[in-house]
Amino acid sequence: MSMLTALKISSLAMTAQMVRMNTTASNLANMDVVGSTSDEAYKAKKPIFKTVMENYSNSTFEASVQVKGIYVSDRANTKRYDPQNPAASKDGYVFMSNVNSIEEMVDMTNASRSYQTNVEVMNATKKMMMSTLQLGK
Amino acid sequence: MSILQNPLGIHATALKLREQRTGVLASNIANVDTPNYKARDIDFSSVMAATQNNTMRTSHSRHIGVSNYQALQGDGMIKYRMPNGASLDGNTVEVNTENNLFTENSLRYQATSTFLNNRIKGIMSALRGE
Repeated sequence: MSMLTALKISSLAMTAQMVRMNTTASNLANMDVVGSTSDEAYKAKKPIFKTVMENYSNSTFEASVQVKGIYVSDRANTKRYDPQNPAASKDGYVFMSNVNSIEEMVDMTNASRSYQTNVEVMNATKKMMMSTLQLGK
Repeated sequence: MSILQNPLGIHATALKLREQRTGVLASNIANVDTPNYKARDIDFSSVMAATQNNTMRTSHSRHIGVSNYQALQGDGMIKYRMPNGASLDGNTVEVNTENNLFTENSLRYQATSTFLNNRIKGIMSALRGE
């Protein structure tokens, strides 16, 4: 049943996009978390998407998507001279988070657009299934 | 071919193929953000022609044939789509193309299912003899 698999594929893709949306939200929320060392400051997280084969032969191809893991961005944390800050190190520097807000906004727009597309696919598939169920009536 | 030997005709095969294509296109749309994913598709007209004995033939160079109009490459039924532009992460899904083809495929599916419906109704009324 290709149609039921198509529904499953869309729903798994929506789940994956939701994970991406959640990491983006976390990154934006923690954008201003500072630390006295580079490790203490917040580091941006990104999901890793991976294709999962549902059915694969020479006449069928059905592949869903899954979040394989989350990687932590290794971009260097910039430091700022702020001796008044309680989190400042001995020499008066605080380490900023390495979140790039523009990058996160782009990710967020992309995730929500992909999510919507999958919702549309699901709706269309459902309509097609319903028309088949009504055959001969 | 008599209507009783093959009551549903070409439409049953077409519906099945459309259903398979739905799965392929849904996979492409699902994997729009997966690095290195390669978009695939079924070339409907050539697969359909292979299942039929009496295919549409052209006898003049300016006849419009049934050849595929999408850039597809590869052997077998499932082929790779050639993207219009390359992307940095190796993904060849172009969401506009996929959306367009998915909508087209689902409309054609509905059309085939309408044909099937009419055929079933026709056979039913012949059987009843009303």
